[in-house]
This record gives sequence, structure tokens and C-alpha cells, in this order.
Amino acid sequence: MRGRTVIAGVGHTAYGKHPGRDRVSLIVEAVRNALGDAGIEKDRVDGVLVKMANSEPSFLYGQRVAEALGIRPRLGCSLDQGGAANIALIAYAAMAIEAGMCEVAVVCYGDTPRTASRAVYHRPRGDEAIYGWYSVAAGYAMIHQAYRHAHKVRDQGFGAVAVACRGNGARNPNAQLRKPLTMDDYLASPWVVEPLRRDDCCLVSDGAAAVILTSAKLAKELGLRAAVPILGLGQGQESWDVQYRPDLTSTMARSSAETAFRMAGLGPRDINVAQIYDCFTIAVLMTLEDYGFCKPGQAGDFAAAGGIAAGGRLPLNTSGGLLSETGTPGLQLVIEGVRQMRGSATLQVAGAKHCVVSNQGGSMQTHATLILGAPA
Amino acid sequence: MSDLPRPQIDDRSRPYWEGLAAGRLLFQHCRACGRNWLPARDACPSCLSPDAEWRPASGNGRIVSWVVYHVAYHDAFKDRLPYDVTLVELDEGPRLLTNIVDSRGGKALSVDARVRLAVQTEGDIALARFTLAGDAAR
Ligand SMILES: [Zn+2]
Repeated sequence: MRGRTVIAGVGHTAYGKHPGRDRVSLIVEAVRNALGDAGIEKDRVDGVLVKMANSEPSFLYGQRVAEALGIRPRLGCSLDQGGAANIALIAYAAMAIEAGMCEVAVVCYGDTPRTASRAVYHRPRGDEAIYGWYSVAAGYAMIHQAYRHAHKVRDQGFGAVAVACRGNGARNPNAQLRKPLTMDDYLASPWVVEPLRRDDCCLVSDGAAAVILTSAKLAKELGLRAAVPILGLGQGQESWDVQYRPDLTSTMARSSAETAFRMAGLGPRDINVAQIYDCFTIAVLMTLEDYGFCKPGQAGDFAAAGGIAAGGRLPLNTSGGLLSETGTPGLQLVIEGVRQMRGSATLQVAGAKHCVVSNQGGSMQTHATLILGAPA
Repeated sequence: MSDLPRPQIDDRSRPYWEGLAAGRLLFQHCRACGRNWLPARDACPSCLSPDAEWRPASGNGRIVSWVVYHVAYHDAFKDRLPYDVTLVELDEGPRLLTNIVDSRGGKALSVDARVRLAVQTEGDIALARFTLAGDAAR
């Protein structure tokens, strides 16, 4: 697989609020932008893969999106893996292209939880709701607490993630939240579900994003110079919900990264820049450890010592991540990875050759990893 | 004050809720491989055997982790803020989410603190709450 599939184009809508807009029409806008970026005609697209909308899962959704795009795909689907779905779909698209089942695939997502309904993020969690168990944040808070105590991690370790992402977002003209954060601001920010502070939690955003995949061979024939090779892909699924998971301080992200690094023939030391799913700060710290960038319990110190800042060992979420650019689930991280590999990012990491991107969903039940390389 | 959310009680989970109503915390035990678990399911999560029985728990366990709500996502919990939801592991193995009745808004909680079952009733539903036990109790 290594390098045989490319991301040929990327596109997104504005991030933030789209009152009254239908999520499928946002997807169409993002796909139009991605096709324009790739320089590929719509009629060449024969694969349509869409992530289920978090705020309204629905039947035959892939077909509704393909219909809106005016495409009869040779291969199509909608997928629910929560926030891991976009990279999972990129993996399925790459395998389908490799297998000859389609030539040009679009992977896309759009949703409007900010202006329509964010109820999904505040929902009661099964029979335990009678004990007061509500919200997505609470599952991450439970993990944050267990991790914090297991490794004696200072609050500043979590805060360093928020400060870094918010600082990067402040310099991204397309970011939804452009207000930088200091460590004092972080420490003073109010509890949501303790130990999660407001500033541990990502944005809730309307918006859509899309990427166009094809084979490296076809990209070359079509003269697509900005095509970014996919070097590695992996997935791993914890499956057990938080309250039944035997170990709260590590997940199948470890296996996902091992699969992706093995496919790429690379290791953590080869990675120059990372886009790590930052729905909550704890997810970043645990992913850095499960990926092998830090030893267990040391990611907080790594972050607090500047390891993830611009100019650090591993510049992270260079467009602001979910904490600052947009809270949409994950495709924006892939798009920023593509920009870094093209050398066109706003906060470009000089000479970056390899970028790792993580997506994850549920209460860290699902995970997917993507490793990108620089265009040939 | 709004009504509390209610658990879905069906044929599979009814023994659990009826056990609590009688003051006993039950868990499922696999006769094939010995695995213990909660909540109710039709097959053992280890060996997939359907041959399970309900057994009474000792009521003793330890705190694995906890959270404290400072925002109510349902009106029924507004008057309780700040309140804890705590993850407890029973000595027999199963884990469950609960409230610690003497948590003092979470301030009294710590990882591995020993806890003891203290069934409480909300309306017509008996809940498996816990109190701090041993050195953890004041
Ligand atoms: Zn069994």
C-alpha cells in the first residue's frame, strides 16, 4: 500500500455557524472545493464515502450524499465509527482504489450541531443516566481522572495541550476560535465535568470537509503535482465503553499506530509534525503515548516543556485542532496534514517530510491513524 | 423538578433491578468459564456461553475513577450540583457507575478507596449507591 494512493485534493466550508444550512448542502460545497483543489472533474469520481453525521444518524445516508453530488458511484458507503470514521473511510477508499474497485474517491463529512442540535453531546448515557451519567465530556473526564492519578500528571500537562492548540488557532485566519489561551487562563477556566475544565473541551462547530483520493499512478498521468502520498494507515477499536474497560490509561490507538508505522516503514522518530485528535486534552496525551512519542505518563511533561509547540520536537495541531480551528470530527486534521506535506500551511514546519494524523471517537472506543509523506 | 431518567427494565435486566429492590446487588456469573459481569447480557463476554446465573455481590469494592458534575444536563440534577458519578469495581470483578453518598461533592474520593454498597431508592427505583468504607470513611 505504501505511497500507492494519494490525497489529490482537499476542501472545506467556513467553520463555525451555518444557521439554516442543510448538512448535505455543506458537504456539496466542501466537495466542490476539494475537486477544484485537486483539478479533477467531478465526472471522474466513482467512489463516495461519507461519515455519518454525529447529530443525526440516518438511513441510506451515503446514497443521499451521492444523490446531492449527482454521482452514481461504483463504490460508496456511509460509516459510523464516531470521530474515527474519516480516516477509516480514507483507508477503505485507498483499499478500494488499490483493488481496482474505484479510481477516484471522495471522503466527506458535514454537520450542523452548533446551530441545529448539540443534544448528542449532552445525551443521557444509558441506564446509568439515573445516577446522573450524561454527556460525552463525562466519559473523557472519567479517563482524565484515572490517567491523572495513575501517572501523577500535573494540570499544566493537560493545559499545555490547550495552550498550544489555541495559540496555533489564533494564527489561523480560518479558525473558529482565534483567542489565544495562557496557562493562567486555562487553570482559571470553569469546571464542566471535573476534572475537565471548559478549556479541555473542543468546540462544537458547523461545517463540512472533503478529500479526494486516487492512485499515485493516475495522479501522475493527470499531472496532479500537489498529490500527497498516503504512507501508512491503521485502525484499532477498544469497543468497551469507559465503565467496562479494564485499563483506562491506554487504548487500541497503540495497535492502530503500530499498523500504520509498519505499513509506512517508519517510526515515531521519523515524524516531523502531528495532527492529533484533540476533542479533549486527555486524548492528545494518551495518543502521544500510545503512538510511542512519549513513555506512559510523560506526555504532559513533554507538552509542558514545549515539545508540541512550533519549533518543538513535534509541532502539533498546527492549524488549531478541534480546540481552536473547528470541532468538526477529524477531516480538518487530515487537510492540515496535507497542507504541511505540500509546504503550504500557515504555520508551516520547515522541511517536514512525514506527518501523522489521528482520528478517534466515542469515549476513545475507536481509533484510526494516517501517515502522510511529501509529494514526489 | 423534572422526573429522573428511568432505566430500561426488561426480561434480561429485571433480576438485577428486583435484586436491588430487595436490598441485594446481583451480578451475572458464567457457569462455563467463571467470568463475572454487569450489566445484564444474554451471553458471556469472554466465552459467549449463554449459561449464566445471577449471584449476590458481597457489596464491597474500590473506586477506579470518578467525575464531578458542575453543570446539570438534565433538570433533575440541578439541585444536586456538584454531584459525583463514580466508577466502582466490585471485589467479584464487575464494574459499575454509581454515586458515593458521602463523597462531599467529590472531595472525599480517591483512587482505590474502599467502598460498601448502600442501596437507596429514587421514586420506585432502587439504586446501587455506595458509601466510603474502612480508612476512606470519616
Ligand atoms: Zn464464559
